[in-house]
Amino acid sequence: MKSNSEIFFKGVIDVSPLMIPVIPFGLIFGILSIDIGFTPLATMGMSLIIFGGASQIVLLQLFSGGASSLVIISSVGAVNSRHLLYGAVVSEHLSDLKLVWKIIISYFLIDQAFARSNEYLKKSNEKNKYFHLIGGGATCWVIWQSTTLLGIILGAAIPEKLGLSFAVPLTFIAILVNDFRKVFNVIVIIVSGLVATLGFNYIPYKAYVIVAALTGLITAMILTRMIKKYE
Amino acid sequence: MSDWMLIIYCGIITYLTRFSMIAILKKEMFNNRVRDVLSYVPSAIFPAIIFPAIFLDDLGQLQLEDNPKILAAGIAMIIGILSRSIIATIFSGLASYWFLIFVV
Repeated sequence: MKSNSEIFFKGVIDVSPLMIPVIPFGLIFGILSIDIGFTPLATMGMSLIIFGGASQIVLLQLFSGGASSLVIISSVGAVNSRHLLYGAVVSEHLSDLKLVWKIIISYFLIDQAFARSNEYLKKSNEKNKYFHLIGGGATCWVIWQSTTLLGIILGAAIPEKLGLSFAVPLTFIAILVNDFRKVFNVIVIIVSGLVATLGFNYIPYKAYVIVAALTGLITAMILTRMIKKYE
Repeated sequence: MSDWMLIIYCGIITYLTRFSMIAILKKEMFNNRVRDVLSYVPSAIFPAIIFPAIFLDDLGQLQLEDNPKILAAGIAMIIGILSRSIIATIFSGLASYWFLIFVV
């Protein structure tokens, strides 16, 4: 039987290679947040309270575009809906735990920690194997908070004419890099992108993100159903 | 709504997406079909941010000509597909954008 700290550090080591791409995201988030006019404290608060990179950048983008709070909150929820899947997948390994552990672990259920710990949880039989997920999540937490802070400091020094807001679409292109290779994903990407672009001025309350995402998901449902039919 | 309330509500909804399934699921509840469709969430939502940020100008008008962002995003996408590296994607896009607006 391995000790809790041994498994925790195994999680730290396993997730570390995935931390390199997190660094530019954190920096960009911190810089842009200051640029838009959030205080350093509110910027840090976002990283501590929300702790979800992509959704925090979506928040900034919509906030600076003048979207209503309801639209911002539901867009953040929509971006993070992928966590439902992560939770559903890891829940079978956590079902025997006390509620307090479930509450703590949920805070650390982020993309990178899920990706690495899901593999570990499947093959390990240790009773305390969930410390792997906490180790991975805590590593990402440290990187995210420290790069946010560094971005806040840099944000005060970087001139606006560098056009760093262009880093927002670039970071999301980077997230989708693997999806550009799959035909169905490319169709969904184009449908969602067109709806958002054409609806930008016509869909009220800046809800174009939600409308485009739902249209994209419906497209995905139709496409995946078609493939089932012909298999 | 104050900035802090907005941040707190966004935090609550994010936390609930993480906690809800861990809290309520006893066994696998999602079938393959739901899983399949959920895997398309990133492809469905991120273009809604990407496309307007590239193709629309500051006033929200479609800008297809004389728009360095289109070329820079195209370069970033190609570098991304070839390298599969997040960092290479972001930096090739920013570098081409800066080249196009400051040098060309």
